[in-house]
Amino acid sequence: MTSALGEPNALAITFFVLFIALSLGITIWASRKTRTAEHFYAAGRSVTAFQNGLALAGDYMSAASFLGIAGLVALSGFDGLIYSIGWLVGWPIVMFLIAEPLRNLGRYTFADVLAARLRQTPIRIASAIGSLAVISFYLIAQMVGAGNLIRLLFGLPYEAAVVIVGAVMLAYVLFGGMIATTWVQIIKAVLLLGGATLLAGLVLARFSFNPLALFAQASDMYGAGVLGPGRLVTDPIDAVSLGLALMLGTAGLPHILMRFYTVPDSRTARTSVGYATAFIGFFYLLTFVLGFGAMVIIGRDAITSIDAGGNMAAPLLAEGVGGTPFLGFISAVAFATILAVVAGLTLSGAATLSHDLWVSVVRGAKADQREQLRVARMATVLLAIVSIVLGIAFKGQNVAYMVGLAFAIAASANFPALVLSIFWKGLTTAGAQYSMIVGTVSALGLIYLSPTIQVDILGNAAAWFPLRNPGIVTIPLSFAVAITVSLLRPVAQEAQRFAELERQLHLGVEHVD
Amino acid sequence: MPTSTLEAVSAARWRIAISLTVAMMAVYFGFVLLVAFNKPLLGRIVTRGLSLGMLLGALVILVAWVLTWIYVRWANTHYDASLKTLRAGRPAERPR
Repeated sequence: MTSALGEPNALAITFFVLFIALSLGITIWASRKTRTAEHFYAAGRSVTAFQNGLALAGDYMSAASFLGIAGLVALSGFDGLIYSIGWLVGWPIVMFLIAEPLRNLGRYTFADVLAARLRQTPIRIASAIGSLAVISFYLIAQMVGAGNLIRLLFGLPYEAAVVIVGAVMLAYVLFGGMIATTWVQIIKAVLLLGGATLLAGLVLARFSFNPLALFAQASDMYGAGVLGPGRLVTDPIDAVSLGLALMLGTAGLPHILMRFYTVPDSRTARTSVGYATAFIGFFYLLTFVLGFGAMVIIGRDAITSIDAGGNMAAPLLAEGVGGTPFLGFISAVAFATILAVVAGLTLSGAATLSHDLWVSVVRGAKADQREQLRVARMATVLLAIVSIVLGIAFKGQNVAYMVGLAFAIAASANFPALVLSIFWKGLTTAGAQYSMIVGTVSALGLIYLSPTIQVDILGNAAAWFPLRNPGIVTIPLSFAVAITVSLLRPVAQEAQRFAELERQLHLGVEHVD
Repeated sequence: MPTSTLEAVSAARWRIAISLTVAMMAVYFGFVLLVAFNKPLLGRIVTRGLSLGMLLGALVILVAWVLTWIYVRWANTHYDASLKTLRAGRPAERPR
C-alpha cells in the first residue's frame, strides 16, 4: 500500500514544531515560578481537579495504549480490548484506597506515606529500589518505542529520535519541574483525546455513526471470530495474573501517585481521579472504534506490511480517513504522548533520588530549599542521560514486555506496602521493607525465568516458570511477607504512631493560626 | 446526620472503600475468567455486529465509571460532612 508514512511530511513537522514551541514556551514561564522544592515536585499544590484529571490521563495514556492497543485490536479484534479494559480498572482502586490518604499523609513521593509512621532510612531505601525499577523499565519501553515510532512516522534515524526525546524532556523537567510537566501532560491529553475522538468520528461517519455497523463489517470481512476471544488468552492463570498486575499496578506507579501532591487538598485529589477515570475510560472505549476501523478501512495486510506489530494502525487509519494532513496531526500527537509520559517518569525518578535518597536518607532531612532544588535538578540530568543511553542500548530489542514488567513490580513492590501502611495498624518497618524488596526481586526473578525471557528472547526450549505474568505469585507473596514479618516482631511504637496519624489521614495537615 | 467521632468516620470510610474495591475486582475478574474459561459464550453474537464479550467488556468500563461516581457522591455528601464536624469538634493539633 502507498502511504506518506515515514516520509518527511511538512505538516507533521509543522504540528510537531508548534507543539515543541508551545511546550517550551510554557517551560520558560514555569521556570520563573519554580523557586522551591514544593514547586519543582508538586507545582506549588495549585493544580485544579479538572487540570489534574487531564494531567493524570496524560501521564497514564502512553503510546503503548494509543498505538499499541489500536494495532492489537486491528490485528486480533476482541483480544486487544482485554488490555483496554485492564488498564482502566486500576483507577477505581486508586480512588477507593489510595488517592486521599496519600494526599493527606505525604508531601512529594508515595514513600512519604510509609515514612510518616515507620523508620525513615530503611523505608526510603527499600521504596527507592522498587520505584527506580518501575521507572527504569517503563522508561526503557518508552524510549525504545519513541525511537521506533519516530523513525516510522517522520523518517528520522533511531538514535536521533531518542536523543531528541531525551533532550526535550530534560528541558521540560529541568527548568519547569512539575509545573511544566503538568501542562505538557494537559496539552497532550487534550490533543490525544481530541485527535482520537475526531479520528473515531471520521471512521463512524462512514457507518452512519453506528459502531455496530462497523463491527458487523469487520466480522463480514474477517469472520465472526474477531468479535470474540481468540488465542491471546490461553492460560486462565496467566490471564488473572496479568489482570492483577494491571489493576493493582496502576495504584503503585510512582509517577501517577506523585500527581496527587500537585492539588491543594484530598477533596481535589478525589475529584481529579473522577475526571481521570472518565477521560481514560472514554479513551479506551474509542480504541474499540479505532482498532476495528483500521481493520476494516485499512485492512490487516496493509497494516502489517508497514509494521509487523501493528503499531502503525492508528496513523494509517488517520491517513485513510483524513489524508496526509490528519496523518501529520496524529503523528505529532503520538510524539507529544511519548514526551509527556517520559517527562512524568523522569520527574518521579528525580524525586525518588533527591527527596527520598539524598535529602531524607543522606542528609537526614536537613537540606535547605536551594540544596533540594539543586540535587533534584542534578538527578534529572542524570536520569535523562541514563534514559538516552538505555534507549540506544536496547535498540532493536523486543521491549514490549517491559511495560508489563513495570506494572508487575509496581503491583508487587509498591502497592502492598502502601495499602497496608494506610489500612493496617500492625505494619512495621521491617515488614514494609522486606515486602518491598521481596516484591521487586521476585517480580524481576520470575520474569527472567518466564517464557517471555527464556523462550522468546533467549531462545531456550522451555522456561522454568510457566507464567508470563508473575503477579498472581508475587503480589500475594509481598502481602504475606509484610504481614508475617510484622506479626513476628510487632513494634508497639509504630502501631501507636499509626493511631496518631489517623486524624491526619482523614483531615490532612491542619494549620493553627 | 453525619457521624462525629474519628473512629466512626474511619470505619465508615473503610467500609465503603473495601465494598467498592471488592465489587470492582469481582466484576473485572469475572470478566477475565469468562474470557479464559468460556470463550464460546463470549463469542456468541447478541445482535448483528455485537458479541456478548464486547458488550460485557464495555459494561466493565461502565461499571468502573458507576462505582467511581458512587464513591465521589458518597464522599462529597457524607464523608465531607463528617470531616467538617470532626474539624469543628476538636481544636486542631499543631502540625509537626
